[in-house]
Amino acid sequence: MAERSYGMLGEFDSPEGLLAAAKQARAAGYCELDAFTPFPIEGLARILRIPCPWISLVGIIGAFSGAGTALLMQMFTNYDYPLNVGGRPLYALSAFAVVTFELTILFSALAMLVAMLWQNGLPRLNYPVFAAPRFHLASKDRFFLCIKSQDPMFDDRGTAAFLTDAGAASVERVPP
Amino acid sequence: MSDHSDILPRRQSIGGIADQLTGIPLHFPAERRWLIAMAFASALLLLLIISVTALFTRGVGIWGINIPVNWAFAIHNYVWWLGIGHAGTLISALLLLTGSEWRNSLNRFAETMTLFAVICAGIYPVLHLGRPWYVYWMFPYPATMGVWPQFRSPLEWDIWAVLTYLTVSLVFWYTGLIPDLAAARDRATGRGWQIFFGITSLGWRGSAIHWLRWSQAYRLTAALAVPLVVSVHSEVSLLFAAGQIPGWHSTIFPPYFVLGAAFSGFAVVAIIAVALRSWFGLRNLVTDDHLDVLGKVLLATGLMTGYGYVFEVFDALYSGEAHEMRTLLDRVAGVYAWTYWGAVLFNFVPLQALWWRGVRRTGWALLLISISVAIGMWLERDMILVTSLYRDFLVSSWGKFTPTFWDWSTYLGTIGLFLVPFLIAVRLIPMISIFESKELLHEEKQEAHHG
Repeated sequence: MAERSYGMLGEFDSPEGLLAAAKQARAAGYCELDAFTPFPIEGLARILRIPCPWISLVGIIGAFSGAGTALLMQMFTNYDYPLNVGGRPLYALSAFAVVTFELTILFSALAMLVAMLWQNGLPRLNYPVFAAPRFHLASKDRFFLCIKSQDPMFDDRGTAAFLTDAGAASVERVPP
Repeated sequence: MSDHSDILPRRQSIGGIADQLTGIPLHFPAERRWLIAMAFASALLLLLIISVTALFTRGVGIWGINIPVNWAFAIHNYVWWLGIGHAGTLISALLLLTGSEWRNSLNRFAETMTLFAVICAGIYPVLHLGRPWYVYWMFPYPATMGVWPQFRSPLEWDIWAVLTYLTVSLVFWYTGLIPDLAAARDRATGRGWQIFFGITSLGWRGSAIHWLRWSQAYRLTAALAVPLVVSVHSEVSLLFAAGQIPGWHSTIFPPYFVLGAAFSGFAVVAIIAVALRSWFGLRNLVTDDHLDVLGKVLLATGLMTGYGYVFEVFDALYSGEAHEMRTLLDRVAGVYAWTYWGAVLFNFVPLQALWWRGVRRTGWALLLISISVAIGMWLERDMILVTSLYRDFLVSSWGKFTPTFWDWSTYLGTIGLFLVPFLIAVRLIPMISIFESKELLHEEKQEAHHG
C-alpha cells in the first residue's frame, strides 16, 4: 500500500460552512474529525463530540495544593522559630490569609497553564497539517475540517469527494 | 453602552484585521517615530541605571528619606506603579468575564502595560531595603541561623503578593497571546520572524479541541485574576493600615487603594490607547466608541476615588481621635497641603469634562485628562505617605521630607524601565488581540445578517 496520508483537509470560508460540513460528516458516519479555525467557534465542540476538558479540575487541585502549601509553610516557620509579639497567637490564621490566598491563585493558574499545554500536546512545533499549502489561512480567515486517515470510512478519493460535496472551497490531502 | 450596537466598524474583513495587526510587527510602519521614542526611553533607562548604581554604592542616604519620613518616594512610587498595573488586569479579566466586547481592542496592550508597570513597582521595595543584597531574606529558606521570615507581618506578605501578581499576569498575557503569535507566524516571510513566532507560538494550530481547552484555561485564569487584583492592592494598603500611624490606620484603606489604582490605571490605558491608535492608524479597531467607554470608566472610577477622599475626612472626624484630626489638618493646611490640593485638582477637576460625550470621543482631550489623572494620583500617593509620616504622635519626632536629585532621577528612570520593554513589545508582538477582534467582527456580521 502506498504511504498513508494523515488525512483530508477541506477549506471553508465561513464558520457556518464548517459547522454544516462537520454535521454532514458526522451524519455520514465519519468519526475521526478535527477542525482548525482562526478563533473559537461556538457549537463546534458539540458536533465534533469533543469530550469536556478537565482543566477546571486541575485548577481546583492546584488551588488546594497552593492553599495547603502556604498554610503549612506559615505554620511551620512560626513553629520552628516562635516569636512572641506582644502575646499574639503564633498560628494567626487572619495574618496567614493573604499569603495563603496568593499561593492559592498562583498554583491554580500555573497548574491550568501547564495542564492546557500538556493536554494539547504543545509545544509541538511541527504537525502534519502544516504541510498543506493553504493551511496558513487557518490562522487568518479560513476554516478547515480535517477527516483523519484513521477513520474506518476514510479513503483518499471518497473522502475528498465528500468534502467537495459538503461545500469545501478547496480540498487538500495532508501528507503523513 | 453607545448609540451603535457595533463597537467595530463592520466594513472590514476578518482577513484584513489579521493582515493589519500582524503587519505592525512584521512590516513596522513607524520605524522613525519608534526610534525617537526608543532613544528617549533608553535615556531614561540609563538614568535609572546610574541612579541605582549611585544608590547601591552610597546607600539610601542619597535619597531625601529620614526618620520620621522613611517611606517617601520609594514606597509612594511603588504604590503608584502597582496601581497603574491593575487596570490592565481589570480590563482584560473582569471585562472578559462580563462579556464586554469593547475590551477586545484594548486588552493586549493593557496587559502588556500591567507586566512592565508591576516590574517598575517591584524593584522599588528592593531598592528601598538599604541592604538590597539581603533581599533573599524575604524567602523562607533553611538558614544556618535557623531564622524564618515573619509571616505575621504585612511587609512579608508584600513580596508574595507582588510576585504572584507578576507571574499570574504573565501567564494570562501569554495564554492570550499564543493564538496571535501563531497568526503572525503564518504571515511572516522573513526567516528570523518565522523562527521567533514559530517558537513562541509553541506550534499552535487552532485545532477545535485545543480551542476548547484553551478557552477554559483562559477564562478560569481570568476568573482568578480579578480577585487577585483586589487582594494585591488591598494587601498594599494593609502595609499602611496595619500600622498605627494617624491617617493610615483606617478600614477605608483597602477599597480606597483599589479604586485609586483602577482610576490611575485606566488613565494610563487611555493614554496608551490614544497614542497607539494615532501612531499606527488603528482607528478602525480602537474607535471613538472605545474612547467613549474608556472615558466613562475613567469618570466612574474617578468619582469612586473621590468618594474615598470624602470618607477619609469623615473617618478622621468621626474617630474623634486627636492625632487623626491633627493629620487631617496637616493634610489640608500643613506644609504639604499643596500635595493634597494638587491631588484634588489634578484628579477631579479636569475629570468633570468627561461628562460630555464630545470630550470623551476626542482623542487629545481624553489624553490630557488622563495625564492629569496620572499626575493627580501620583500626588495622592505622595500625600498619603508624607503627610502621615512627617508629624506623628510625638512632637519630638516631627520632621520634613525634601526629595533629592536622586529621588527624582530614580523615579524618572523607572519611566524608562517601563517604556523600553513596552516599546520593544510594540515592535515584536501584535498589540491588539487579533483572534478576539476577528471573533467579535464575525459576531457583529452575523447579527447584521440575521437582522
